[in-house]
Amino acid sequence: MADIRGVETLMSVTYDIAARDFVRAGEAANKLKRLLQQLGLDPAVIRRAAIAAYEAEMNVVIHSYGGQMKVDITPETIEILCQDSGPGIPDIEQALQEGYSTASEEIREMGFGAGMGLPNIQRSADQFQIESTVGQGTTLHVTILHEAGE
Amino acid sequence: MKLAEVLEALSLAVDDPEMHNKEVEGGYCSDLLSDVMAKAAARSIWVTNQVHPNVVAVASLIDAAAVIIAGGMKPEEETVKKAEELGIPLFSTDLTAFDVVGRLYALGLRGKSRNG
Repeated sequence: MADIRGVETLMSVTYDIAARDFVRAGEAANKLKRLLQQLGLDPAVIRRAAIAAYEAEMNVVIHSYGGQMKVDITPETIEILCQDSGPGIPDIEQALQEGYSTASEEIREMGFGAGMGLPNIQRSADQFQIESTVGQGTTLHVTILHEAGE
Repeated sequence: MKLAEVLEALSLAVDDPEMHNKEVEGGYCSDLLSDVMAKAAARSIWVTNQVHPNVVAVASLIDAAAVIIAGGMKPEEETVKKAEELGIPLFSTDLTAFDVVGRLYALGLRGKSRNG
């Protein structure tokens, strides 16, 4: 199928992400990783997609009331669209700063909430967009190019 | 080197020939999951004190050779279950993280991160 830009989408998958489910957390990213491996993509590209998907998924688990991750694979890109309903981010600039986190002490003790999630996504992405409405939720759009490698 | 050598150095036993033959290329030690996700190289031994199931999700995402839970901590039941499901070798030891890393270093393994 071709989308509005006329870009062919080879494959499209959607994963549901439950809030506060720390047992299943990371499953969406792992499913995506396996899919990308089956498609035979470059390991460095898969790793970048895995980082972005994992961090996006964990943000939904930790901070939101639940959400979805939709991934489109086109001949040139992996497009990750992660949407949640939740409290939203009042100050995106601040949230993007390395080390800034609003996670609770309990979450930090589990090794999350180091304030590295969004910066990790940004570093892994070839294109990165984040939009948030306080009281409604957050949408993250990450593009990773197949050919960019590390 | 093979995982069997690593397990022997840590006095850990496992009766699984497939695990013994797993290739180990380096090591990484951290309790911050985002740090491991961003930096640990594939086919590394990951040494941590974290015990919850997300450890296995991360280990799988980074293609870790194995996870060693150090310091006498024991993995949660769900963590063990998930490790079996995803085929991640998971061990726990009374040795501290420092001592685990020390023994692996003496064995010739070196820290390996993703970007050199």
